[in-house]
Order: sequence, then C-alpha cells, then structure tokens
Amino acid sequence: MMRTKRRAFVAGLSATAVLTGNRVAFGQKKYDEGASDTEIKIGHTCPYSGPASAYGVIGKTIQAYWKSVNEAGGINGRKINFISLDDGYNPAKTVECIRQLVEQDKVLCTFNTLGTPTNTAIHKYMNQKKVPQLYVATGASKWGDPKHFPWTMGFQPDYHTEAVIYAKYILANIKDAKIGVLMQNDDYGKDYWEGMKEGLGKEVGRVVKHVTYEVTDPTVDSQIIQLKDSGANVFFNIATPKFAAQAMRKAGAIGWKPAQFLNNVSVSVASVMKPAGFDNVQGVITAAYLMDPTDKQWEGHPEMKMWKDWMTQHNPGASLSDASNVFAYAVSFLMQETLKRCGNDLTRANLMHQAASHHHLRVPLLLPGITVSTSATDYFPVQAVQLQRFKSETWELFGDVMHAESS
Amino acid sequence: MAQFLEQFASGLANGAIYACVALALVMIYVSTDHLNFAQGEMAMFSTYISWQLMNWGLSFWVAFAGAVVISFVMGVLIERVILRPLHHAPILSVVVVFIGLLAIFNSMAGAIWSYLIKEYPSPFPKSSFGIAGVIGPHQLGVVLVTLVVLGLLFGFFRFTPLGLAMRAAAQNPQMARLVGVRVDWMLALGWGLAAAVGAVAGIMVAHIVYLDPNMMGGILLYAFASALIGGIGNPAGAVVGGFIVGVLENMVAYTGNQIEKLTGVYIIGNGEKLTVALIIVIFVLTLKPAGLFGRVVVRRV
Repeated sequence: MMRTKRRAFVAGLSATAVLTGNRVAFGQKKYDEGASDTEIKIGHTCPYSGPASAYGVIGKTIQAYWKSVNEAGGINGRKINFISLDDGYNPAKTVECIRQLVEQDKVLCTFNTLGTPTNTAIHKYMNQKKVPQLYVATGASKWGDPKHFPWTMGFQPDYHTEAVIYAKYILANIKDAKIGVLMQNDDYGKDYWEGMKEGLGKEVGRVVKHVTYEVTDPTVDSQIIQLKDSGANVFFNIATPKFAAQAMRKAGAIGWKPAQFLNNVSVSVASVMKPAGFDNVQGVITAAYLMDPTDKQWEGHPEMKMWKDWMTQHNPGASLSDASNVFAYAVSFLMQETLKRCGNDLTRANLMHQAASHHHLRVPLLLPGITVSTSATDYFPVQAVQLQRFKSETWELFGDVMHAESS
Repeated sequence: MAQFLEQFASGLANGAIYACVALALVMIYVSTDHLNFAQGEMAMFSTYISWQLMNWGLSFWVAFAGAVVISFVMGVLIERVILRPLHHAPILSVVVVFIGLLAIFNSMAGAIWSYLIKEYPSPFPKSSFGIAGVIGPHQLGVVLVTLVVLGLLFGFFRFTPLGLAMRAAAQNPQMARLVGVRVDWMLALGWGLAAAVGAVAGIMVAHIVYLDPNMMGGILLYAFASALIGGIGNPAGAVVGGFIVGVLENMVAYTGNQIEKLTGVYIIGNGEKLTVALIIVIFVLTLKPAGLFGRVVVRRV
C-alpha cells in the first residue's frame, strides 16, 4: 500500500518536472511501474497465430533483438524483460492481452503492438492509464496526435501522407491523368484513398474509376478488367502483397499499360515484384523509407551487412528476404536508443519525453538520408520517403528525400 | 461488350478454381458422408509439398505426381490415426476435429515454409493459345484439368467395383459390411482420394493466387457454395456449380458497373460480389434443397 502510493507520488513528481521543463538530473534514479535497478519490463502484442500470422516474424525478430541486447549487458545495466503475447490480430483479444500486461505484469510501456484495428482497440485505454504505447506497427495516420493522445506514438510514414505524395507527383508529371484506383476495402485502404483525394484537391475528378476488393476474394482479376475498361492511364494500387502482385500481373496479361503507383505496403522484390513477373512491373513507382533486403543495390551496404550478420547470429532460421525482419530491427533499434536516453529516469513521462525528443537520429536500415525526428508536437518518427522506380530486377531511387508534413 | 467477354472469361477461370476445390469436398462427402473443413488447408499443404519437391530439382510433373501420391498417403493416415477413434462419436466432435486440422495444417505450413507468398510455376505453355487477353493459357489449362479429374472420378465411381464399394460404404455402412465390403478401409481410401484430388486443385490454383499458407481461406468458402449449389453428392454438379458461382460474381460486378454508367447511381459492385452470389445460392437451395443436380434422398421410416 505504502509502496504504491510512493510510486504514484514519484510518477506525478517526474511528470511535473517534465512539464515545467526542469530536467531530472541524469544520476538520480526514478522509476515507474515496470522499471527497476535490474530490469525494464516491456509489453507487446502480435499475431503469432491466425490469418495475419505472417506478421508474427516481426514479434520473433524483436524478441531476438532484446535477447541480443541482454546478452550484451542490457541498457544502462538493466535487462529488458520483453513480454510478447499472441492476440491473433483480434482486437478483443488485444484488449485482454494489454490489460494483463498493464495491470498484472505491470509493464513500463508497450512497444510496437501490431495492427491498425488492434491498436485502435487499446488506444483510449493506454492514454487513460497513461502508459506509453510506443512505436506502434501500423501506418495509419491517427497515431501522431499528441494533443488528444499524448501517450501513443507511431513509427513509419503514414499511409495518408504517402498517398498525398503520389497524388502530387501525378499532377506534376503526368499530362491528362485519368486515375484508376484499386483499394482493399478496410481502414488501411481508406486511409490511402483519403490521402489520394486530399492530394488531388480540386483535381479529384481525375479519378475515373475506384474499385475495391475484399480480403476474402481469391483474385482481383475482375477489378483489373473494370479499371482497364474505364480508360484510366494511371493505376494506383492500394493492395497487400498477394493482391498487389495479382493486380500487376493481370494488368500485364490483359494488355493494360498505365503508369503504376504501388503502395509501400507491397514493395518487397521477393514477394511482390517477382511473383508479379518482372516484365509486368517495369516502371512501377513507389515510396520507400526502408532498405529492401531482397534488393541487390543494398547488398554491399554496411548497415545491411551488419543486419545480415546479426540475423545469422541471433535470429537463425528467420528469412533473410523478409522485409518484416528489417522493419523489426530498425524499430527495435529506435526503442533501444530511446530507453538508453532515459538514463536512470525510467518514468513513463520521461520515456514519452525522450521518445518525443529525437533530433535527426540515424536509425540503421532506413534509406540513406532519412533520419528520425520527433518533438512534443510531432509524433511521427519517420516522416520522410523517397520515390523509387522499378527497373529490371531492382528499385531505383530517384528525386529527393521528401519530408512530408502530414498534419 | 469487350468487358463483358473479359469478365465472363475471368469468371470461368475463377470458377475453375472453385470447381477444383469443390470436387475435393464432394469426394470426401461421397466417400465418408462428412464435410471436411480442413480440405482447403490439406490442399494447400500438398501444394507446398510439390513446391518443395520442385525446389529439390524435380520437374513439374514429377513433383506433381509425387505430391499427389504423398497426399494420398497423408489422407489415409489422417483417417486411420485421427478419425478412426471417432467413428462412433457425435458429428460435432468430428467437426471440431476438422477445424483443428485446419488450424494445424495452416500453422505447420507457416512454420515450415514461412508466410511469405511464393511464386508457383504454371505447367502450361506460355505462348498465348486461347484467346489472347481474354483468357490466359493457365486458366484454360485449369479448366481442362478440372474436367479431366471429373471424368476420372466419374469413371472410377461408376464403372469400377472399388468405386461402387466406396459409395456403398459411405451411404450404408452396415449393409456394405454385410455384403463383404471392408468399410474401414473404404473410408480411409476415400480420405486418400480426396486428399489427392485436393493436391491437384491446390497445384492448379497456386499459380493464380500464389502459394501461401492462407491461399485457400477465401476459396474454400466459394468452393462450399459451389458444391452446395451443384448438389453436394454430385461431382459433375460441383464443377458446374463452381463455374456458376465464378461467372455469377463477375456478372454482379459487371452489372453494377453498367448500371452506374447508365444512371450514375452505385447500387451493387465489387463490395457486394460475394454477398449477391451467396444470396442467389441461398435462393437456389431454398427452391431445390438438394442442389441443382443433387438427387433427392427419400428415406422410408
């Protein structure tokens, strides 16, 4: 009883300290629930089973990451106790897991909880409980809203911004564009679609056809035929890997040759571009922020080499061609860096403060020239992307790194 | 008009996929009197086996034959080891086992081969025979293979003593036993055959939808609809049902498009494809509960 009271007091104190701008001295030890002299408890949910279990590799790689950090001595002498639970991509289950993590396991924060619907389900709860919900693994645009949700932060460039970038590019570079859109009929697809409409602004009438598919559809052939029939000369492909590949292959098969824009969700060379057939995907444009491990141009890059060495040593058996493993490594690095900067002040308030104080931090495996910057009003860690065009068997970057301001 | 043709052809091609899987469903129903919910995942697993064989350097058709044989053995083993003890269990227990099998095959494939989608080769020549741009060589090939499998199954059940014995064992186990049919083995054989047909279906489908552990998720739903609309006990009906469902859903999207073009009002479209197709299936089943080609079973009590 006494102890909890004192903890709450300390937490409140440090929160005030942060708010008033009085930084806590580095040497002073301050803890919230989940942190101590010896360990830091972090909670995590991820679909290890069920229809979205393809993302389970992200959880496994993050686990391997913390294990390797602990083997190297931990962070500022503290070991990471990473508790990862299977939510099966089911929001109801996520709520249950997160309550267990926060109320029973008493974690300091959660990290990289995966999925848009799942994170939406715990969004309010985490902010009510004032537990940091850091670097969530989803590209929806709602995670960067510090005014209403000061305890939640995203990681990757959001879908909305990405679509705005494509729209601007289309308006500037393609004469007399007639746009056909293929969209997965859910929140993720709609986020992109809204971004495209916003980016087109007054020119929104350039969209001549907008078709949707459901994830239960075996193929999107019928939709591609409709797009071709509409006379569109630009194709915006908002689809997850399997459907994106099908769409581009079908377009090639029926002789539809529009300028193609592919969402960042499906940029993997091994699991999208190659299955779609290299002949069918020449000239496809997308925006990227991470290095693709299956892209030959990064083979000699020191960060890619370091990642491959780390993978073989600490995460054996995991796929070296799966971009999810690159993502997991990069986001874990950012988390490690954030915790490191907390020093001995492991309170939730300080953790959020540090997460919101990155200044041009280089995170390995981001594209060259892209860094992480955050502030009390900017909760989008990675906000820059660069356009790339598919040429022969690899992506070719072109233009400048674009720093998009979403909000 | 061009769009109509393309949609029709693409519907037929999709229909061939449903028909293939529906055949495997019918197969197990005819020979064991059960609906196997794990059929899609078993087919997916067989496809991975063939992919693995090809990865080890075997040619497509050798891998094809290998996968079919291995799947047959796998089917027999599943019946002998897992379902045998459940012969007298209530139907719900069997259903739960099927759903369990579904989850097990799915996770096993994911654990062994990962969830990344893989390309799967097509055995049919790439040169555009068929009607270029409307229906591809692989799609035509799938239609052809489906019809061949159907022919083989029809011949097997109609003209061979073994086929007759299997039908007897499924439909009336006691009587069959009395006339000397080894009912237990017939059931196992039925499972083996269904798994083999499933392997063929998976291998045909994989080039179109790509190989991944969840490739059969959506398809199984359509296959059930196809099998039911054609009559669950009738292989030919299942194939026709598959084509009907495939064409129907594309026509829904097409009609929706045309209406939108003419009137500017969106009434139906891609989002409602499956819904409308399934409503029509329900409608058919209400009028003809045994399916379009099913035989109405009359039982004397």
